[in-house]
Amino acid sequence: MGRFVFKLPDLGEGTAEAEIVAWHAKIGDLVSEDAPLVDMLTDKATVEMTSPVAGKLIEVAGVAGDMAAVGSAIAVFEVEGAGNASGKAAEPPPPAPAHQPVPDVAEVTETPPPTPAPPPEPKAAPQPVAAAPRVIPRRGEGEKPLASPAVRRRAEDLGIKLGHVPGSGPAGRITHEDLDAFIASGDAGASRGSGLAKRTAIEEVKVIGMRRAIARQMQEAKRRIPHFAYVEEVDMTELEELRVHLNGAKRAEQPKLTLLPFMMRALVRVLPDYPQINARFDDEAGVVHRYAPVHIGIATQTANGLIVPVVRHAEALDVWASAAEVARVAEVARSGKGSKEELSGSTITITSLGPLGGIATTPVINYPEVAIIGPNKIVDRPVIRHGQVAVRKMMNLSSSFDHRVVDGYDAAAFIQRVKAMLEHPATLFMD
Amino acid sequence: MAETISTRLLILGGGPGGYVAAIRAGQLGIETVLVEGDRLGGTCLIRGCIPSKALIHVASKFEGMVEAVNGRKDGISLSAAPKLDMGQTVAWKETVVDKLNGGVTALLKRAKTRVVHGWGTFSDAKTCHVETADGPVTIKAETVILAAGSVAAALPHIPFGGDVISSTEALDLAKLPTRLAVIGAGYIGLELGSAFAKLGCEVTVVEALDRILPLYDEPLTKPVKAWLEKTGVTLHLSAKATGWAKGELSVEQDGKTLKIPADKLLVTVGRKPRTEGWGLEEMGVDMAGPFVKVNDRMQTSMSDVYAIGDLVGEPMLEHKAVAQAHVAVEVIAGQNRTFDPATIAAVCFTEPEIVAAGLSPKEAEAAGHDPLSAIFPFSANGRALSMEAGDTGGFVRVVARKSDHRVVGLQAVGAHVSELSGEFAMSIEMGARLEDFAGTIHVHPTLSETVHEAALRALGHAIHI
Repeated sequence: MGRFVFKLPDLGEGTAEAEIVAWHAKIGDLVSEDAPLVDMLTDKATVEMTSPVAGKLIEVAGVAGDMAAVGSAIAVFEVEGAGNASGKAAEPPPPAPAHQPVPDVAEVTETPPPTPAPPPEPKAAPQPVAAAPRVIPRRGEGEKPLASPAVRRRAEDLGIKLGHVPGSGPAGRITHEDLDAFIASGDAGASRGSGLAKRTAIEEVKVIGMRRAIARQMQEAKRRIPHFAYVEEVDMTELEELRVHLNGAKRAEQPKLTLLPFMMRALVRVLPDYPQINARFDDEAGVVHRYAPVHIGIATQTANGLIVPVVRHAEALDVWASAAEVARVAEVARSGKGSKEELSGSTITITSLGPLGGIATTPVINYPEVAIIGPNKIVDRPVIRHGQVAVRKMMNLSSSFDHRVVDGYDAAAFIQRVKAMLEHPATLFMD
Repeated sequence: MAETISTRLLILGGGPGGYVAAIRAGQLGIETVLVEGDRLGGTCLIRGCIPSKALIHVASKFEGMVEAVNGRKDGISLSAAPKLDMGQTVAWKETVVDKLNGGVTALLKRAKTRVVHGWGTFSDAKTCHVETADGPVTIKAETVILAAGSVAAALPHIPFGGDVISSTEALDLAKLPTRLAVIGAGYIGLELGSAFAKLGCEVTVVEALDRILPLYDEPLTKPVKAWLEKTGVTLHLSAKATGWAKGELSVEQDGKTLKIPADKLLVTVGRKPRTEGWGLEEMGVDMAGPFVKVNDRMQTSMSDVYAIGDLVGEPMLEHKAVAQAHVAVEVIAGQNRTFDPATIAAVCFTEPEIVAAGLSPKEAEAAGHDPLSAIFPFSANGRALSMEAGDTGGFVRVVARKSDHRVVGLQAVGAHVSELSGEFAMSIEMGARLEDFAGTIHVHPTLSETVHEAALRALGHAIHI
């Protein structure tokens, strides 16, 4: 029997660490080679790691939500033959803050004592919660609160639902002291009898996985980038007519056209004249990378939160191909199976809330890009046209720019060009 | 002219649910009328738990004396076979019942409960008419607790009557039958069947399922099965009773028909809630299957009508009815109460006894607990050995969660294990962990040491095994 240490491989350029999303095997499991082992989350992609060997999983480097550094050991297997590690503490401490292996009942009992003589001391059975600092464990979903009958009765007398009271006792048991603390915190104000009761529940939601990635990205964007927002009004009447016509006349295999492919078309037509806007700003190096290709990020709502999949080389796609590609990458993002190419590398981003678009938004730039465009809702609005009041399909176009590298004048001029394109849709297709 | 009583609370049924509710109501100052059609005490005191335990006690003593005729290993011998006067046994049992019945009567009197004896029938949810010995009485109540209990379920093709008896008649036999056939290997059938076997009766048990005591898992029932086999009780499993005629029970098993001659046929195929004969249908309460539907405050769908005990669902156990009685009355008194126990332990007075609280290892797994379980055998416990209970296959089993060692189940089979039920239920209600058992000094020499050892074993360091 040997030990095989599985180190987290490089998951793509610039990735120093990745987050454990979910283990597909638990300690003690026999895992076959190439069987799913663990899902790791890099910047935005979730990567399914498969087992490099067949063997028994005997150590893991953390639980969901923990970070693991590239090159650090994330799993140890007991394998037939020699394995790739000798002895117990084979690994030097990893460079990044790696997680200590979590002690576990199964693991401890599997470790044979060095000599057979003395049976292990009573304390050999670990106290799962005792060692930790006073952290109140959360109850699993649907798990009944644990409390003695006396505590339950007192809570009933006080009209307190124990499900809302954190338990600090062994195995999460709610003690009289927990109840006192809950009352003292003022959460327990619910009164019986009246129809209107205070709600006292506070749900603790760990920010992990996708949500942590989003939070970090948003925080970086807002911390680093001095945003300025610009909102302009666009008359979409003619474009909408064209869009409706194309959807009515399209072939069955062609995708249904939304506003997005036209917006993409407008961007790729105008951006060559505004190279400072189709760019990524490496502010630490002090270099703006201006891109000839237009890789458009499409902000997409998924079950796990916001993901920005990328339509690459939008300049080489017509409206039909753009529409098809938007649909494809959005689906890829929602399925959680996107590759690095599909989920990163955009040079400008469109964020559209569709029918929820509102009148104006102040979009957050997809750092390290320098601009983001957010079309708002199209509505029938009365406008003055040729001296007459007319009902037109009007849409506001909200946008944000990185004021460090994009001047207000240029941004405004750029949006005016986009507006002109959208208001005269034929120009989208004229060379 | 019929007397009319107006009261704050009317309780229908003077069994353990009803009389406990009445006493609690008295403590809380609620004016209460209790209607009982039979003697106070209900199935439990009058014709169930208590009289059957009295009979089982007599049977065990008698069995010990029969053994002594040939000289027992422990040195006791008798020169002549013991004799049993079944009539005297039943009369003695009645003195026990009378004592308890008198006790309940006295307790209700002290609680200032007005007891109306007679069969009550509701005409609407708050009005009950009772035919008493002194004439009809109408009771109008603001609040009602229904505690009508349950009755023995009958087989449609083998109705009760004549030599076909239920547990009630089995406890009142004037003469010991020579041959007793029992349909149903649940706890009632096996408790009584075992007692009659000890008294010298030739007992045959017929069960439709492929195992005895289906409420308990196989390891727990194995010692009971072994005892039945050793004692000479004939067990027909996966066998269907098809008819009873001329002192012979017809049974179909494996496509063949067996004839089992018997003097009495005891039918114990379960109990059903007593929902007929007292006007339930006039009360407008919703049902949940055969039971009266209640919420966790014991409220029915009709305002101010509560129901408790066997009438509202399984398990049909005295201690559950009592707990529900407390909840119902305290809710009526304006307190905030719910019936939400962590466990309702159950015992079975077979030979040997079984006790179970919480989840079995399989149930714990199904509930997603990732359980850890350990047993400790009676054969390694001094007290068990000293009372000849070490070689009956008895053991204690503890079931805990691997993650936090919280004990979610405790079961045992063996002599006198029913008395462990208190520790079992208490520890589960308190949310005890294995370490709590390990850290509690259990008295030597007692059977309870096996609970301590089972917990130690689950933690990997049992001493005596």
